[in-house]
Amino acid sequence: MKPPVFDYHRAASIDEALALIAQHGGDAKLLAGGQSLMPALNFRLTAPAALIDLNAIECLTGVKETGNGDLIAGAMTRHRYFETSPLIERHLPLLRHAMGSVAHVAIRNRGTLGGSLCHADPSAEWPALCLACDAQMGLQGRGGTRWLKADAFFVDLFTTALAPDELLAQVVFPAWPQGRRWGFQEVARRRGDFAIVGVVCVMDVDEGGVCTWACIVVFGIGGRPVSLHEAAAELTGRKPQPSHVLSAARCAQSAADCRTDHHASADYRRELVQALTARAIDQALGRESVHG
Amino acid sequence: MVKQIAISLFINGAPVSALVEPRLTLADFLRHELNLTGTHLGCEHGVCGACTVLLDEQSVRACLLLAAQLDDRRITTVEGLSPAKGLSPLQQCFRKHHALQCGFCTPGMLVSAHALLQENPHPSRAQIEDALSGNLCRCTGYIPIVDAIEEAAGMDPV
Repeated sequence: MKPPVFDYHRAASIDEALALIAQHGGDAKLLAGGQSLMPALNFRLTAPAALIDLNAIECLTGVKETGNGDLIAGAMTRHRYFETSPLIERHLPLLRHAMGSVAHVAIRNRGTLGGSLCHADPSAEWPALCLACDAQMGLQGRGGTRWLKADAFFVDLFTTALAPDELLAQVVFPAWPQGRRWGFQEVARRRGDFAIVGVVCVMDVDEGGVCTWACIVVFGIGGRPVSLHEAAAELTGRKPQPSHVLSAARCAQSAADCRTDHHASADYRRELVQALTARAIDQALGRESVHG
Repeated sequence: MVKQIAISLFINGAPVSALVEPRLTLADFLRHELNLTGTHLGCEHGVCGACTVLLDEQSVRACLLLAAQLDDRRITTVEGLSPAKGLSPLQQCFRKHHALQCGFCTPGMLVSAHALLQENPHPSRAQIEDALSGNLCRCTGYIPIVDAIEEAAGMDPV
């Protein structure tokens, strides 16, 4: 229960961090908030030769608004910022709301956006939120920055498209159109625990009550969060009635490829996918849910 | 041979300088090097909350921080929450409500409650429960703990 021996480097800049990564040739780990890496070290599930601490790199922290309303978030911005910032509340209230389900306040005070994304725990909220927001990841290497959409970034269980010689520097959240609606539902054994299943629903509804666009993302079911396009298609072009909500939820249930583990069976997860999808859609529509 | 890291920081207001091994956690630094054994270590992976301390003004897990990371920072442990003599109002409320049985979780409960009341002096019962959701009590004495924090809310913290 104590970490193995490693060297410690506090990088002062992104360039210095990239140079240290290159110097260690894949045998170093980047230390962001440490809320997943430190438990892994304490359990000796990982034994890197060195830790490269990113906490002193100021340009990696904070969220900026661009002229067109996009938000550019530094990868070292902590969960607690997203929970408490008026900027986030104004532009992406979904993120502020969902932070309440990300562990506990002492963890959110340290844990970072980029750390969670690169760790890519299938039950974590951030990867699903980035998928639902169509966020873009800025992966910085010594040759420059390449951009990947969230869907291309998440590969599988604890696996991302980040190359060994890169670091995740920024995440861009495209501006939401006026009046975009959202729902966020999750079941965990205890408040703050990892989700057994979670569902994010984001949708646009025109003045006539017709859903013009919808996105339904499910997480906790398999190796990575998935966007269920068929389920979302049950809503688009319609004035969503309870019957449409139910058919979207059933569609989500049949499309969701659920795993069994010691927390829950695949059958139970499929039940949750249906119930939580219906509730998330109803939440986005501003209705009391009549579903499960 | 790994290089030791020189750190200078403030612990409960007092300056401390040390040379630490990179893998030394803040929790072990407090307990083993500084003899501040008020900070308890339960799970050592961030789940139980017994080792919660304040980093600057924010609650954090001392088992998930390295001492080497804390150059120039301010740490407050449960020892630092008490006045020079006696107990703080929050600690008095814990005693009054019998908000501890074995006492193992108590330092983390006090630090989490202190952080909550600093940020939100008049929390609702639901907000208190939410703020304690990351602190485990295996005597399952949560109700008197919440009662104690409810009574301490609005009192002068020191």
